[in-house]
Amino acid sequence: MNITFLLNGETVELADVDPTATLLDWLREDRGLTGTKEGCNEGDCGACTIMVTDEDGAKALNSCILFLPQLHGKAVRTVEGASSPNGETHPVQQAMIDLHGSQCGFCTPGFVMSMVAGHTTGATDHDTQLAGNLCRCTGYAPIIRAAQAVEDQPVPVWVKDKPVALPSSSPMLPMSSDDLAKVYADHPNATLVAGATDVGLWVTKQLRDLDPVIFLNGCDDLKDITVTDNEIRFGAMVDMNQMGEALADLHPSYAEMIRRYASVQVRHAATVGGNIANGSPIGDNPPALIALKATLHLRKGDARRSIPLESFFIDYGKQDRATGEFVEAVSFPRQADRLKCYKLSKRFDQDISAVCGCFNISVADGVVAEARIAFGGMAGVPKRAANVEAALLGNPWSHETIQPAKLAFADDFAPMTDMRASARYRLETAKALLERYFLEDQGEATNVLEVSA
Amino acid sequence: MSVTKPLPHDAAPLHVSGAARYVDDIPTPKGSLHLAFGLSPIAKGTITAMDLSAVKAAEGVVMVMTAEDLPFTNDVSPSIHDEPLLSDGTVRYIGQPVFLVVATSHLAARKAARLGKIDYAEETPILTVEEALAADSRFEDGPRIYAKGDADAAISASTHVIEGTFEIGGQEHFYLEGQAALAVPNEGGDMLVHSSTQHPTEIQHKVADALGVPMHAVRVETRRMGGGFGGKESQGNALAVSCAIAARATGKACKMRYDRDDDMIITGKRHAFRISYRAGFDEHGHVQGVSFLHYAICGWAQDLSLPVADRAMLHSDNAYLLPSARIESHRLKTNTQSATAYRGFGGPQGMVGIERVMDHAAFELGMDPVELRQRNYYEPARAVADIAATTNPLGHPGPHEDLTSRGAVEMGSAPVRPVPEGGNSTPYGMEVSDFELHGMTSALLASSDYAARKTTIAQWNAQNSVIKKGIAFSPVKFGISFTLTHLNQAGALVHVYQDGSVHLNHGGTEMGQGLFQKVAQVAAARFGIPLEMVKITATDTAKVPNTSATAASSGSDLNGMAVKAACDTIRDRMADYLAERHQADPSSVRFTDGHVEVGGERYSFAEAAALAYQGRVSLSATGFYKTPGIEWDRIKGHGRPFFYFAYGASVTEVAVDTLTGENRILRTDILHDAGASLNPALDIGQIEGGYVQGAGWLTTEELIWDDKGNLRTHAPSTYKIPACSDRPDVFNVALWDAENREDTIYRSKAVGEPPFMLGISAWLALSNAVAACGTRYPALDAPATAEHVWHGVQRVRGDT
Repeated sequence: MNITFLLNGETVELADVDPTATLLDWLREDRGLTGTKEGCNEGDCGACTIMVTDEDGAKALNSCILFLPQLHGKAVRTVEGASSPNGETHPVQQAMIDLHGSQCGFCTPGFVMSMVAGHTTGATDHDTQLAGNLCRCTGYAPIIRAAQAVEDQPVPVWVKDKPVALPSSSPMLPMSSDDLAKVYADHPNATLVAGATDVGLWVTKQLRDLDPVIFLNGCDDLKDITVTDNEIRFGAMVDMNQMGEALADLHPSYAEMIRRYASVQVRHAATVGGNIANGSPIGDNPPALIALKATLHLRKGDARRSIPLESFFIDYGKQDRATGEFVEAVSFPRQADRLKCYKLSKRFDQDISAVCGCFNISVADGVVAEARIAFGGMAGVPKRAANVEAALLGNPWSHETIQPAKLAFADDFAPMTDMRASARYRLETAKALLERYFLEDQGEATNVLEVSA
Repeated sequence: MSVTKPLPHDAAPLHVSGAARYVDDIPTPKGSLHLAFGLSPIAKGTITAMDLSAVKAAEGVVMVMTAEDLPFTNDVSPSIHDEPLLSDGTVRYIGQPVFLVVATSHLAARKAARLGKIDYAEETPILTVEEALAADSRFEDGPRIYAKGDADAAISASTHVIEGTFEIGGQEHFYLEGQAALAVPNEGGDMLVHSSTQHPTEIQHKVADALGVPMHAVRVETRRMGGGFGGKESQGNALAVSCAIAARATGKACKMRYDRDDDMIITGKRHAFRISYRAGFDEHGHVQGVSFLHYAICGWAQDLSLPVADRAMLHSDNAYLLPSARIESHRLKTNTQSATAYRGFGGPQGMVGIERVMDHAAFELGMDPVELRQRNYYEPARAVADIAATTNPLGHPGPHEDLTSRGAVEMGSAPVRPVPEGGNSTPYGMEVSDFELHGMTSALLASSDYAARKTTIAQWNAQNSVIKKGIAFSPVKFGISFTLTHLNQAGALVHVYQDGSVHLNHGGTEMGQGLFQKVAQVAAARFGIPLEMVKITATDTAKVPNTSATAASSGSDLNGMAVKAACDTIRDRMADYLAERHQADPSSVRFTDGHVEVGGERYSFAEAAALAYQGRVSLSATGFYKTPGIEWDRIKGHGRPFFYFAYGASVTEVAVDTLTGENRILRTDILHDAGASLNPALDIGQIEGGYVQGAGWLTTEELIWDDKGNLRTHAPSTYKIPACSDRPDVFNVALWDAENREDTIYRSKAVGEPPFMLGISAWLALSNAVAACGTRYPALDAPATAEHVWHGVQRVRGDT
């Protein structure tokens, strides 16, 4: 595959690239740009963060799980390009020096690039912007001081990249869902790469050789978010940050859960479709979507079908997806916001859920009129708590209803013990989350993130 | 003067631009090769058959080595030679290196390393305290016991007796830069090794032994590490030795770096401890006696476990004058990674033990936990203790002992000064003569508004059923010096060039702590010149020999003094020469503001250097320092192991969701004693970072092994160090303004490890919040993950 992109302002044309060569390896080993660091090689530490600018603007991404073909027609800026070609430092760099934001310095290039990207887009929610960058030395305080110090400084001209969108250079890099449908029909055993936040690890950790690979990043028509009076529809290639923004007003608890879903870098890459299609039992998106009564839209060649999302997940590792079929979109009906999404994990930010419980309970005249409750982390698939729903439905929305309904979780789920949580904790906190939903509805303080000293 | 200034880290401009070079960034010669280990998939057993044909046939593979292919010793242990580089036929943990792949790329080596076909006769691994005790699987022949008075009798005679047992988890270092080494073969069989190590001399020694050459044939260079935290004191040996052996065999430069998962699976971590305690108090909260039982999980090889477990014992008093104490320490050998040095080196575990006792006692007695602590503090500092410096005649070591390792066996027995029993002495008989915590505690309680907030929190807890808040104070008293006394030495090499610029080397390594900057500030101050005129280059065994690890918080204390000595030697030579020229008294020559003043003349430092050069004055000198006044018998558990103590105190407030156990830190106030700080900005950086790392250890950082001995948390996806939002919302850090009472470099104090233990207050605050849920003592284990906190809530409610 031949690709073209901008690197620190200069055009790079690469011929016959290995489709699963990562940007990080290419930068360090081929290009000799060793400022970008490998910390974990799985997108969890942010030491490899670079800035990519495309038609949506500037964004921080993890270069360790970013394949070169994903960059076609985009602009990449590394820490070496944070300073101007004349050597002027970026305000972020100067603030990091002056305010003691680096100690060992190994995470620093990644922090600098996350901060450059955040500064470029005007973001000031620094804890969220930097949740994907781990530092073991500083305790983060001086880094945040640096980020705050430059909020009002202008964006240097040299980081304002202007990439030119390019036509496809390969059938394996389709530019529309129609082209994707055709090429996937021709190569039904190909691996589809949307954001590579999962497939990237197949390469960097499992050391798998993938062939053939189809890249979806050119399929702009899969990136649409459509909001009508009746429905909200997300194309499969909508990234998770875009999804979070779209939901901020409609379903704020869902948007808050997405804020804690991986990191800014991962969410810029991770897609709505990928998170469903990979069938993970601990993906955070499916439980929320199931609770919202979502429909999944699949396509194979020219044949399309739509199914309730929950029926897509048949068993652990097994989905209702035919060979050569791909996720085109997911949609759910407009509804009054009764959704609460509760993510339990060892760490608040950038952690995989031990339990993710999504509750959508409507009450009319003091009685539970509708209840859709779905969980991740409680079974081999994202799964509804049908017995709990039944125990609530038609009953008064009260403490007296909640208590027996909690017991029904044991009929719905037999969770496992693993490194994230014990079976007992999972089951007992599932019950506790129903109680939280009820108490929150009654106006009680239940969110530890909203408490201050 | 350049000391005391809050200057940025000297490499900060390089860090932020990506120009700071780490081992993997060093340009390598054409044809360089890359290494990876094939790892044992079982925790205990013997190899019955090994088929490496697929490994050898894999793309890019140049060579595959097993133990039989090693030319000389098969040993990367820093202590008792029980750690083969490659399996000697037995395997002792999952992740143990069995064979070594040499290939044309890092990826090719990693891929090939997974292709070994090895048959094992599996044995049942020893993974837990119970299993180790049942099998009497331990290091040393039995437990170490340090005692003061008759603790058991004192406890039994007390009006209030508390007891308990709890677990303290280990900790992954998670240095952002993984282990890495690069060996470049030089002429005549010599080897240049670049290593991400805290201990270049040990790397030099292990590589020399592995190559069968004297140490002079191996040069080790370390410019910087991307974090160390103790994890690069001994754990880099395997990579450096592998690279050197492969470089010798192939004639090519060889590089090895662990992928993050490999790093976490192969290398040692902080020791997990189980601590049982029994303590007696009177009705006023005065402790009468404490008895501790430590079970340290040491893993498969001894490494540095003995001094780690010793230091845990040595911090079992923390800030409290224990009238009687007994500490019994078992060092258990298990089929897990060999636990190693980690910031605090056992001190944190020992300190958590006594802080747990104080917390439990305050709960039982219904006393304010701060007041109870204050009542049990050591007596305030008096005049500096009159302790004569004594030297330690070491005798002559054998040729292969790794004398510069903290795991080394003590050679010869030093005379131990008799210390009077009782008085203001620790359980190991050391008089505490510099105790700062009375004043620090009062100041911190005031600045943190502790009393008022305690009341506000009680009101919150009365009004809220789901979210409970907690607040806790904890003090730190941490002993400064290597407990292996002979390691308390350092060397330096300083050159003044004829243009007045200064170049220096010392034995310490830079891992982010700002050591180079502090030492450069010392040099600039000695010569009275601007800091820009001083350059420190990579730590290099050819510049300064026989160095100790940069560990035990000793870096600036030891190397600062050594550099000072070297600078003063040159300065005195310059002064003598210039004084003679001007018929002045050498003692009247002044080095200040970039100038040298002599006999009414004022030269720039550069002019003075040029004059001295032309006057044929040597402008190069070595410097040496050894810590005075320390003496320690680790078997008897008696003496003065520490030159002085560093102090700190913290107050942490937390909130806990009692439905789920989720919790977070709301506010932290810290007052820390860095003596007369050499660089307040760097010191505050150590304190902020140390606190967050310590709090992470005790909250979210959980290591989990399955019942086969597989580490299940071997990547940042499953092992959760604090992220940005986990730092306290409100984070007030201040330095205690007092000079070191001992004669350290500019009266500063060591600051690397002590602040780590300030994080204990976060764990205690969680205990305080959980206690608000019921009537029983929370008895939290560490780490207090959301799940463990949730269990604690059930426990205090009696719902377990």
